Amino acid sequence: MSTIASPAAGSEARIARRETLRQLLRSPTFLTGAAIVGFWVFCAVFGFAIAPHDPQDQSFTPLLRPGGAHLLGTDNLGRDVFSRVLVGAGDILKVAPLATLLGIAGGTVIGLVTGYFRGLVDNVISRIVDAWLALPVIVIAVTALVALGASTITLIVVIGVVFMPIVSRTVRAAVLGERQLEYVQAARLRGERAPYAMFVEILPNVMGPIIVEATVRLGYAIFTVAGLTFLGFGVQPPSPDWALQISDGYSLLNDTAHQGNYWIVLFPGMAVASLVIGVNLIADGISRALER
Amino acid sequence: MARFLANRLALSIVTLFILSVIVFAATQLLPGDVGRNVLGPFADQKSVDLFNHQVGADRPLLVQYGDWIWKFLHGDMGRSLQYQVSVWSLLGPSLVNSLKLAAEAFVLVVPLSILGGVAAALRRGRLADRAITITGLSLTAVPEFVSAIFLIVAFGVFLTWLPVNAQWPQGTGLVGQMRYLLLPSLALVMVLFGYIARMARHGTIEALSADYTRTAYLNGLGTTTVIGRHVLRNALLPTIAVVATQTGYLIGGLLVIEKLFNYNGIGQRIYIAAQNKDVTMLQSGVLLVGVVYLVATFIADLLYSVLNPRIRFGSVE
Amino acid sequence: MTPEPTPLALELRDLDVVYRVRGQDRQVLRGLTLTVGSGESYGLVGESGCGKSTTALAAVQYLPSNGRVRSGSINVAGRDVVRLSRAELRKLRATEVSMVYQDPSQALNPSIKIGRQVAAVFRVRGIGRDEAEERTAAVLRHVQIADVGSVMNRYPHQLSGGMQQRIVIAMALAKDPALLILDEPTTGLDATVEAEVLDLIAQLQAELRTAVLFVSHNLGVIGKMCERVGVLYAGRLVEEGPVDVVLQNPRHPYTVGLIRCIPRGGVRKDHGRLDTIPGFLPPLGEELPGCVFVDRCGLAREICHTVEPPLYQLGEHHISRCHFHEEAPELPRVIPADLGQPLPLDRSSTALVRIEDLEKIYRQRGHTVHAVSGVSVSIWPGETVGLVGESGSGKTTFARALLGLVVPTAGTVEVDGRVVPPKLARRSREDVEALQIVFQNPDSALNRRHTVRRILRRALKKLAGLTGTAAAARLLDLVQSVRLAERYLTVRPNQLSGGLKQRVAIARAFAGEPRLVVCDEPTSALDVSVQAAILNLLVELQVERRLSYLFISHDLGVVRYLSDRIAVLYLGRLMELGPADVVFDGPHHPYTEALLSAVPTIDGGGRERIRLEGEIPSAANPPTGCVFHTRCPRKIGPICEQEEPPLVTVERDHMMRCHIPIEELRRLQQDKDAITA
Ligand SMILES: Nc1ncnc2c1ncn2[C@@H]1O[C@H](COP(=O)(O)OP(=O)(O)OP(=O)(O)O)[C@@H](O)[C@H]1O
Ligand code: SF4
Ligand code: SF4
Ligand SMILES: [Mg+2]
Repeated sequence: MSTIASPAAGSEARIARRETLRQLLRSPTFLTGAAIVGFWVFCAVFGFAIAPHDPQDQSFTPLLRPGGAHLLGTDNLGRDVFSRVLVGAGDILKVAPLATLLGIAGGTVIGLVTGYFRGLVDNVISRIVDAWLALPVIVIAVTALVALGASTITLIVVIGVVFMPIVSRTVRAAVLGERQLEYVQAARLRGERAPYAMFVEILPNVMGPIIVEATVRLGYAIFTVAGLTFLGFGVQPPSPDWALQISDGYSLLNDTAHQGNYWIVLFPGMAVASLVIGVNLIADGISRALER
Repeated sequence: MARFLANRLALSIVTLFILSVIVFAATQLLPGDVGRNVLGPFADQKSVDLFNHQVGADRPLLVQYGDWIWKFLHGDMGRSLQYQVSVWSLLGPSLVNSLKLAAEAFVLVVPLSILGGVAAALRRGRLADRAITITGLSLTAVPEFVSAIFLIVAFGVFLTWLPVNAQWPQGTGLVGQMRYLLLPSLALVMVLFGYIARMARHGTIEALSADYTRTAYLNGLGTTTVIGRHVLRNALLPTIAVVATQTGYLIGGLLVIEKLFNYNGIGQRIYIAAQNKDVTMLQSGVLLVGVVYLVATFIADLLYSVLNPRIRFGSVE
Repeated sequence: MTPEPTPLALELRDLDVVYRVRGQDRQVLRGLTLTVGSGESYGLVGESGCGKSTTALAAVQYLPSNGRVRSGSINVAGRDVVRLSRAELRKLRATEVSMVYQDPSQALNPSIKIGRQVAAVFRVRGIGRDEAEERTAAVLRHVQIADVGSVMNRYPHQLSGGMQQRIVIAMALAKDPALLILDEPTTGLDATVEAEVLDLIAQLQAELRTAVLFVSHNLGVIGKMCERVGVLYAGRLVEEGPVDVVLQNPRHPYTVGLIRCIPRGGVRKDHGRLDTIPGFLPPLGEELPGCVFVDRCGLAREICHTVEPPLYQLGEHHISRCHFHEEAPELPRVIPADLGQPLPLDRSSTALVRIEDLEKIYRQRGHTVHAVSGVSVSIWPGETVGLVGESGSGKTTFARALLGLVVPTAGTVEVDGRVVPPKLARRSREDVEALQIVFQNPDSALNRRHTVRRILRRALKKLAGLTGTAAAARLLDLVQSVRLAERYLTVRPNQLSGGLKQRVAIARAFAGEPRLVVCDEPTSALDVSVQAAILNLLVELQVERRLSYLFISHDLGVVRYLSDRIAVLYLGRLMELGPADVVFDGPHHPYTEALLSAVPTIDGGGRERIRLEGEIPSAANPPTGCVFHTRCPRKIGPICEQEEPPLVTVERDHMMRCHIPIEELRRLQQDKDAITA
């Protein structure tokens, strides 16, 4: 039985929608996430201007402990860690969102097609997607990056393409749910073609899951780019990228005389961690708000 | 159920076939010529050609693929281009090492995360729930090498409780090995905890709001009985699948963790092979990872269908 | 020693229940007072959202987590459940009160065997394993489950819906409770299965003398099952009394309206329009200082807005909460009965749509399922053909094949004597425009991301080829013709009530010039008052445009109201086809007879129930001979099992598929009516 709505239900629903937005703006999770990410975006854009030292300047005493003139110490090449941490988000914040965008766009199309047509098309594509998903993202990415050579563009493309099947799974599941609703049949019954049914009828209804997926994917993209950079296949030197700083510095951790020179890797590590956590808090906030 | 499993098995085989094609195609994309890559830029063309002929790299691709897959199925992975020894002699021990690491991580993470997820669900919306959820979310979000750095700095550098290097000295016993593997395992645990806990929480909440749970309560059953007998079983079924798919991630994560801890596992092998363009090693290593993943998901399907009567007794695919 | 007087099974006193929504307490139940005596059966009716389920859940202390009893008391078997400790409450639930709700497939745990689930009810009371098992077998036998041993060893998904509900009932009765609460226990089941389950409940109740609180939106069911009835509106009890008194002589305008909405007693569209209740249920938590029904009441006056009517005592046990209860029976009609009448039909011309030997076979994992086997039906302009049959009989598949949404395995569809392509994509725009559909569930039939205007504009463009100002002008006509206020054009469907949504869906089907509209259970998701309005609308559109309907419904009263002819499907076969009056009044096919006798009506008594035995066979493996022989109460012998009877014309316009000659059927069925009369 459907509940009877009063004529005032119109405004009621609008209130509910505004409420969703307000809830987002009142959600501590979302706000914390937004503040963290906002901070790093700001640093990525203006970092070079506000950093106390030139991040690439190697003229300081190497391996200075945190404190004094160098708030977070200096690295083994004599660069100021604090300045490098401030600007270290630059590359990852370019690569990750673009890769996410690519992955979401491609995955959405694949998901819509497989979910809408089902049958043979779906079977074939789904098998390929399955095979693709049997390989860990990092493994595929490493192989592809070795083959294609590491550059910002290849990095974006490789991660984007690797994400497509994953995104397509989510979208396909949502489309399958929508497809069986009668409004899709109604569209066919007035002679609509498949692309119209997919993109105009179904797509708006699966936007919720896609938005959630996009925010979650962005977190993964950062995660993956950082991992690849750590392995040497991602962002290339001399970028002051955080993962690169860790990759360069972690072997010094064995140096027990200097407490493992922990500051060279710990602070960029905290920076990476805060950024991904921030993105995931945003994702969590959005998905909660949309759930209601 | 036999039908379901046969179906799944057939699907896995098809998937494996497609997978092998993808892997083969991808490694063919590696730039340059196999012989040239191995012998270096200064070797003369004749010896490069000879090398290519010896390893069979001058044959048509289809033949190469057929040869590779045929031998792979018979346990022969060919010779490493880089080391000039049988690939399996290197991959085999590495695989064992990786499985040890993965096993330790799983043994730690599965009970912990399921407990966390169920506890969060039972306190839904309250502080404990938010705490577990946010912690899980944050731990999961952080790349494994970063978590590992935190762990190393804390336990290896400051507290000096645990070894920073995972590769144990020759002759270390099993317990000793586990000690060496604790830090890398913990790093993996941190990444995996969030997923599994989230899934367990979700499943439990769903089962808690199901009509059959209400039936049980309204029949006067106590909370413990209801949770134990009615909720958990239905709640944790979907979690099995997640645990299985996470093995896929786990092995990928090993690539990074093994490098960081300088541990001789399959990830490390793949990494070195990729860097050195050791095609045979790379192909077989990657395919092996795929096989491990498919085996794990198949075991999960098996478990799932045994535990789920709707599959055990037909009716649902 | 004098025996203690048995306490009331249920006693609600001035019960206020609120739900907390967006930080505010919203009142759902308003000072609800009702009692169910020991051994009594009490029915609670009302439209969707009026608080029936809330009442039931409050009684067992299982309100949703945002719900709360704000004041008042709830006594079950003499104990105040609001003040019970956890342990006491558990004991109460284990021994004194049981509840059965709508969807039995959800109420049973999918991963525990039936035997163990039912036995748990005994085990929780400390009964040993073996004894629990024995008693489980006994209660299952009690609810007429054949083959108890094997059923106990099965999982819920291996049983049919009717079986599952019987098991739930067995569980509920296993504790021999003082009070059994049934919340729409048969909604969603087929009429034949529903009849069986209701019979079972009635029989068990008579036997065990359990008090029953029966919650339903269906007055017919309540009329059949209960001694007393309470009518709930917006969380208030507006009328209460012995069931036949309330149904025959209602004294609250809401009850009067409810009863008038229902097509019954053989009324047909050419007898007049149905009456409706205008307006809507007030939103949750609305402040209602006067009468709760005032916004929708045809008798409302000044005083009703400000003064809450008290409970007027009308006769013994009959109460009404209306200032003007004496006038209630003369409540003015909202819809005049005598609006335009449908034109008489002319079946001598060519049929508008001719469906010949339609067959649809689905292949599933090695099985073949004959969803529709060789069905031929023609529909003439201006005619309504009703399509009835239990679930799985192929009604929807048949309609979809007609529309081109599924491609039939064999058979043809003709429009105006011209064969149209089976695939929708191949059909010309005129053919697509000619055959349209109104779906069951308006929520899923309308794209929730598009505004009403956008939905209708697109339909106008694709079906009528209209754009620009022509479309704009036509759009206004269209919304007017379905009685939809213009202001709704700018909103999205989720801001509309079910009835309004269904109007939009109807408008969409009528955007072009449809010749035949398939109505697939268009009102089964709606409340009766809304249903009446939609049925009226369909009739009006038919009168105006002289189009045809293929009307699918499980509600035989509704089908009878609308249809000129009726087609009866069973397991994909056409069992009977004939003029509505003939099919309903008989002589009719034994299957039709069983369907009809399964329907509980307000008019009470009436037909002798013919029980259908056994389960609906699977279409993947239909019985030999007459497909109905496994359940046919009039089966005449081996011939029914061996030979499939042909579909023959037994009298003018009346076809049937049965080995019993029509005269014999007439005699048999008249005899039965004579006995019950
Ligand atoms: N948990 C809840 N939170 C807020 N509102 C609720 C909740 N549960 C029910 N409601 C609202 O309370 C009102 C009464 O609901 P209830 O389910 O008792 O009605 P009902 O008469 O059983 O309806 P139906 O015939 O649809 O089952 C409705 O408006 C409903 O939307
Ligand atoms: S009290 Fe007034 S408004 Fe309420 S039902 Fe009676 S007449 Fe109608
Ligand atoms: S043919 Fe036989 S079994 Fe079939 S309906 Fe007639 S009497 Fe019943
Ligand atoms: Mg209800």
